[in-house]
Amino acid sequence: MTINIKVNGVNKEVDVTEDTPLLWVLRDELKLTGTKFGCGMAMCGACTVHIDGSAQRSCTMPIAGVANREITTIEAVSSKTANAIKAAWNELDVPQCGYCQSGQIMSAVDLLTKNSTPTDSDIDASMAGNVCRCATYSRIRKAIHLAADKLKE
Amino acid sequence: MNDKLIDKPVSRRTFLKGTSTSLVIGMYLPMLASKSATAAQPVSSATANAFIKIHANNTVTVLSKHIEFGQGTFTGLATLAAEELDADWSQIRAEHAPADVKLYVNSLFGIQGTGGSTAIASSYLTMRKAGAHAKQWLKQAAAKLWQVPVERLEVNRGIIFDKTTGKKATFGDLVSTAAGMDSPTAEVMLKTPEQFKLIGRDLPKLDTADKSSGNAQYTMDVHLDDMVVATVAHSPKFGGTVASFDATNTLKVKGVIDVKQIATGVAVYATSTFAAIKGRRELKIQWDNSKAERRSSKVLFNDFHQSLASSGKVAGERGQIKDVLSQSENTIELSYEFPYLAHAPMEPLDVVVQHKNGAVTTWFGSQIPTIDQATIAQVFGVKPEKVQINTLLAGGSFGRRTTPDSGLALEAALVTKAFEKPVPVKLVWTREDDIQGGRYRPMAVHKVKATYEDNNILGWQQEVATQSIVANSPFAGMIQNGIDPTSVEGAHNQPYAVPHFQVNLTDMHTGVPVLWWRSVGHTHTGYVVETLIDTLLEKTNADPVDGRVALLAEYPREAQVLVSVKKMAEQAGKPAVGRMRGVAMVKSFGSYVAQIAEVSKGSDGMPKVHRVWCAVDCGVAVNPNVIRAQIEGGIGYGLDAILHGEITLADGGDVNQSNFHNYPVLRINEMPEIEVEIIKSAHAPTGVGEVGVPPIGPAVANAWRRLTGQQITRLPFAKSINT
Ligand code: FES
Ligand code: FES
Repeated sequence: MTINIKVNGVNKEVDVTEDTPLLWVLRDELKLTGTKFGCGMAMCGACTVHIDGSAQRSCTMPIAGVANREITTIEAVSSKTANAIKAAWNELDVPQCGYCQSGQIMSAVDLLTKNSTPTDSDIDASMAGNVCRCATYSRIRKAIHLAADKLKE
Repeated sequence: MNDKLIDKPVSRRTFLKGTSTSLVIGMYLPMLASKSATAAQPVSSATANAFIKIHANNTVTVLSKHIEFGQGTFTGLATLAAEELDADWSQIRAEHAPADVKLYVNSLFGIQGTGGSTAIASSYLTMRKAGAHAKQWLKQAAAKLWQVPVERLEVNRGIIFDKTTGKKATFGDLVSTAAGMDSPTAEVMLKTPEQFKLIGRDLPKLDTADKSSGNAQYTMDVHLDDMVVATVAHSPKFGGTVASFDATNTLKVKGVIDVKQIATGVAVYATSTFAAIKGRRELKIQWDNSKAERRSSKVLFNDFHQSLASSGKVAGERGQIKDVLSQSENTIELSYEFPYLAHAPMEPLDVVVQHKNGAVTTWFGSQIPTIDQATIAQVFGVKPEKVQINTLLAGGSFGRRTTPDSGLALEAALVTKAFEKPVPVKLVWTREDDIQGGRYRPMAVHKVKATYEDNNILGWQQEVATQSIVANSPFAGMIQNGIDPTSVEGAHNQPYAVPHFQVNLTDMHTGVPVLWWRSVGHTHTGYVVETLIDTLLEKTNADPVDGRVALLAEYPREAQVLVSVKKMAEQAGKPAVGRMRGVAMVKSFGSYVAQIAEVSKGSDGMPKVHRVWCAVDCGVAVNPNVIRAQIEGGIGYGLDAILHGEITLADGGDVNQSNFHNYPVLRINEMPEIEVEIIKSAHAPTGVGEVGVPPIGPAVANAWRRLTGQQITRLPFAKSINT
């Protein structure tokens, strides 16, 4: 069936079954491959996108549920906070294999947007859903603090 | 797009000319020198011999013969080449080299491949020579252009200049001139370590920007015209085969195109990944389990223990262990169990294969291109050179992508072949396929007996039962006198001066496929050796660091990392009340690593690891930033395994775990604060990808024992503590 969704500010019409998860619409239909597949059951966060500004797992979100909502992916996330996060990721060379990092960044942007001075336990609480098998966690933590500091300047 | 290597036979002369915007500089290894001297001989891309491309836009591409999957090999290899080229770091790019064993052999393997933390060690001279040759060539081009003697020219940060006339040129300016000239064949001088400008510096990684923006391309991201996505239903038991299947409901799923039986299961082909996953769920398959492994983990452990009783082959020995054990009064006996572990790289396994007009093109994170190429070629009945491998970034591997039998590439080739169409087919494994797909770190049981007297450690007997990783594989030649070194490494050659010593190996056979898992045998041998030595030092009233050092008189590099790590922890002050520190030191893959972990008991009863100090000696530190990242990651990966990692087989042989909900992995809240010190060294560089892993388990276990009195010998911790 045809479903209308709004991705990165652009209205898109996709022809998929309504149980298709948003993840696969983004990746296979719209070729927005920055959003990754890691587990398919909301256990790893690799597929994290923003829906109406909040971090959500796209792998378990049926497309029918996001019609007419604002979806933002790693390719287009560009608020001041998002840019500070990405700059911090670059400065501290956070990624190793990089596969989890789109999801990490989307979760970190959500955290910092809602909480401009997160403590270590705030970071633990909101980033624990994002697995990094390369265990870049200490740099992720430092980069979030760095971005928060930069935004205060 | 990057310039492609020319792939049709051309004369070397034409080849070197290339296009005027891009220059491929061959670095001729000594043994190829005579061949390259006969310039008129036609060469194909197989003899391109290229590590460095210089572009008219003044960027330099370094071709990496090793796959980049997070270990920083792009940055490391490029640093070596850029150093001798005297390039500016900002002009350096990296990409994967094609599959070509003649050019890109791993000198330590004899084939092209990545593993065993060998990338930097095996390329240290090769990549530097490549850079030096390229520099010499560019200098010759400038000399020709300016009509000046080449000796007068110098290169600094990507600029060639003539000291006398003050003339300057960038590398890009010289591409057209250099393209028409022969490559220098004379030996070039390499720098001495004091002359290094890039090696040893914290250079930013080359792939960070793409990986922080969603732009990095992995196999999962490949989308080609007419591409079909395939999933494969695998037997729930290892060794099960398809008896019969009914695909009626699968074929009703929108997007499913076809279903085929292949040697490894039943393949579902669809127009999208979701349809391929959904269609597979609707398959009804009868499995033939007559040859399947049906033992549970419990039964397997029992069998391992039983086999140990009838002692195995001697892997290492000195002194009179039997006499010492029988006469001694102070004896420690421990029995350890290590479960299967899945690698669970973040990117589930995937391969794209297209068979068209007698040629095969593939796109994937190929870790052993030489074997992958041969395996795929065999399936399609073509020559290996007809198989093109486009190596892509991989979302982790940790050993999983180095299957000696090319299992994944083989399945992908079978899937594509069975489809019988010239379109690209992307084989996608889901997380469930990955967790349940075998190729695990082998199960292992160790039984140790040690004795001491008057504060001296006298005897050490260690019996290991585990399954060989290399048996019946192209790496079987590693087995010497019946001993697979990957089963006992770090145990039979442990460095502590214990006068009476013996390590025996009992080779176990199961139907479960096993594989190297980040740091291989050291994952279990390091744990046993380091928890046992720590226990013995405690019994003999010795300090855990000083006591180790006293037993390492002939092993100065091992001793040095221990001394350094002790200093690091001392500088941090005493641990807070309720916390205890434990130490461990493991040499693996030529590098020396000591760690101290500070541990308390968490509210869940499990160890909470607060801080880890780590001293590492990996020879010349090519890029300290990459080394620290690898050590941090290794500590996280090792900690994950000892805390929670466990794959178990149920009665009947089915794998109990399937995804991250029941195969828990380390998350940010469990990550300790880590401090890494790299020992200054003039030794040739050694690997760092795996070496951070082995010490963390025993360091935590030693802290835990000193904190709680509990000796953890059944891994993971979660199993010992919760049952
Ligand atoms: S893929 Fe969505 S949470 Fe793992
Ligand atoms: S960087 Fe590899 S999984 Fe996070």
